[in-house]
Amino acid sequence: MSHAAEPSYRQRIGYQAGLLGGSTLLAAALLVMGDMATRDTIELRRAEDLKASLSQVIPPAIHDNDLLAQPLTLENADGEPVTVYRALDGVQVKAVAYRIIGIGYAGEIESIMAVDAKGRILGVRVLSHAETPGLGDKIEVAKDDWILAFNGLSLGDPPAERWAVKKDGGDFDQFSGATITPRGVVGSIRRGLEFFESHREALTSPAQITKADPDAPVRSQP
Amino acid sequence: MSKDTETKPKTQWGRIASDGFWNNNVVFAQSLALCPLLAVTGTATNGLGMGLATTVVMIASGLLVALIRGQVTPEVRIPIFILVIAVLVTLVDLGMNAWLHDLHKVLGLFIPLIVTNCAILGRAESFASRNPVLPSAFDGLMMGVGFTFALVMLGGLREIIGSGTLFANASLLLGEGMSFLEVTIIPEYRGFLLAILPPGGFIALGFMLAAKRLIDARIAEVKRRSAESGTEALA
Repeated sequence: MSHAAEPSYRQRIGYQAGLLGGSTLLAAALLVMGDMATRDTIELRRAEDLKASLSQVIPPAIHDNDLLAQPLTLENADGEPVTVYRALDGVQVKAVAYRIIGIGYAGEIESIMAVDAKGRILGVRVLSHAETPGLGDKIEVAKDDWILAFNGLSLGDPPAERWAVKKDGGDFDQFSGATITPRGVVGSIRRGLEFFESHREALTSPAQITKADPDAPVRSQP
Repeated sequence: MSKDTETKPKTQWGRIASDGFWNNNVVFAQSLALCPLLAVTGTATNGLGMGLATTVVMIASGLLVALIRGQVTPEVRIPIFILVIAVLVTLVDLGMNAWLHDLHKVLGLFIPLIVTNCAILGRAESFASRNPVLPSAFDGLMMGVGFTFALVMLGGLREIIGSGTLFANASLLLGEGMSFLEVTIIPEYRGFLLAILPPGGFIALGFMLAAKRLIDARIAEVKRRSAESGTEALA
């Protein structure tokens, strides 16, 4: 562009401020429109993801409700809210599932675990992590069946002090070359079981089903 | 870094194409955009996905910047260009999350990195702000194609050495019809961790830069020879 031909009003501070402000306003408007166009679809995808991971840890045969319907919100030992999804047969709680967080070698390891009404683990799956590929990622069920070893265990079996990797005197295998990752996962599962124990009453009491509109799609609050 | 693109009255489409793809390639010649490059090229598929997303942003940013270049004064152009790019990237991020959700799970972390991709701002500044709309969009396309080429090459190299496969999970990106791309190059391969980790990315990039230098030197040599023999024949 040739600067000589530029009209003089463009040199004014007002024009430049207006230009910048106008562009920002336009950009904000575009983003709002983009958000509105995609929000529902993204919410739907998230719910599908959650359902898919829940169905990995809770066998569909044991419940007859929508797992995402009427989740409970309880506080864990750190005072943080935990969303609990219940598998119901009628009003009877068959199993509960919730997210657990462990600290691995490279940040948080987020998993979902399901516990049956008697406090036994139905299944654990890692949802996201940033562990070293080839070493720490054996916690994924796609890579190794290490995580399946927790099925059927509970806080008394093995005893609480043995809920650790073998290197720390516990019962669970670590991987060669990676101890911190399985230590983080085992710790998070133990805390998950302790969470179940301390809220056993609230978690397993028969559900109060509000039959407002059973067909209404489940959405979290926007 | 030969980033001076002179504005001649006639648009040199061929020159834009060869600059974008090879001579002035974002990665191999300008050494830009290394952050997303090294972060996602653990597999060829990830590289392809990142490359395509970046290409979309580059075409659109070239187009928009060339459209508004008449109104934008030089003093405020940088914030406005950044704003344009940031909006585009956010829209691509939202769109992928909604309609290409499986790929978004893999690449989602890296999509915001496109904003920090200095190559896009670089092209907006050095090309789109001085050229008409169509050449600018074409420049964005060719720069994006060149970037995608670099990402796929690097991703393929690291994937073959690191995990013995090529285009693993390509069907997530391109649909089930393209699953024939997924090849296991080395069966029963234990994997070579270094190639997948970030240092392996740097090492592989080094070798690829060296390879480009070699090819360029060979081309220059051939050209010099043919020019020499041409003058000899004349004399």
